Amino acid sequence: MSKKHDHDHAHALLPPEPALRVQAIETLLVEKGLVDSAAVDAIVDAYSNDIGPRNGALVVARAWTDPEYLDRLRKDATSAISELGFSGMQGEHMVAVENSENLHNVVVCTLCSCYPWPVLGLPPAWYKSSAYRARVVREPRAVLDEFGLSFPKDVEIRVWDSTAEVRYLVIPKRPVDTDAMAADELAGLVTRDSMIGTGLALAPEAS
Amino acid sequence: MRPPVKPDRPFAEPWHGKLFALTHALVGAGHFTWSDWTTHFGVALERARVLDNSTDGSDYYDTWLEALERFLADRRHTDLDQIEALEAAWTAAYLRTPHGAPVEL
Repeated sequence: MSKKHDHDHAHALLPPEPALRVQAIETLLVEKGLVDSAAVDAIVDAYSNDIGPRNGALVVARAWTDPEYLDRLRKDATSAISELGFSGMQGEHMVAVENSENLHNVVVCTLCSCYPWPVLGLPPAWYKSSAYRARVVREPRAVLDEFGLSFPKDVEIRVWDSTAEVRYLVIPKRPVDTDAMAADELAGLVTRDSMIGTGLALAPEAS
Repeated sequence: MRPPVKPDRPFAEPWHGKLFALTHALVGAGHFTWSDWTTHFGVALERARVLDNSTDGSDYYDTWLEALERFLADRRHTDLDQIEALEAAWTAAYLRTPHGAPVEL
């Protein structure tokens, strides 16, 4: 048995078929000068390490604490977001949609999975599923209920369909009893799902 | 205070990240727009939903891979035979490379 085991590992571990396929495409694109492999690696690295929902949380926390910033965010979300250093592909045409006592916003991309990368990173698996993409438009209350959110009838649910051109960031309602908290601290309450609209901002821990 | 909200692991498999980044880099280099790509990819996702009853998103990157190959071939950037040949070459390279040594074509 152990001999057989040794044999299995005598050569480099063969990656799964799609990984080999992607490697073949990369080799070809680099050979043809269509992409630069260092640029490809830099993109993987940025999305694995630097770009994520923490960025969006900082935008939301600033909007909660700085009325002038909120005003700029309402007028031109793209430039208000880039003020904080977040810009780039799929963040060129941002629109901020604010939740209130009588309005709850939720975001989808019915076509594929367009998503505001610079502020949220890459979408979670459920956002990419066709079940979510189709159902949240047809029966938003039922879908939100599955996420543990229910709203009284007089709260309007508005569904925003992202496109390759326009991306939406939900500004969740600021939790109660957070008046004394600074923006940095508030950002810790802003979850990814609350900025998609399938969650709410967290309540501060009871102290 | 709570720790920052941990994002999901952005790429479940390394090749998902590589595929995403390749597409991103092609757009960045101006070979096509993201909107061209999403239109094509949207059709492929819809086809996968109808034909394979795929609804949970688990084969999202498989569909992406197939769609990108087709898209690049349609636009004459690459062709499928070249991809096949390089995939075979990489497979052979892995099989002949001693464990632990860098794999090269």
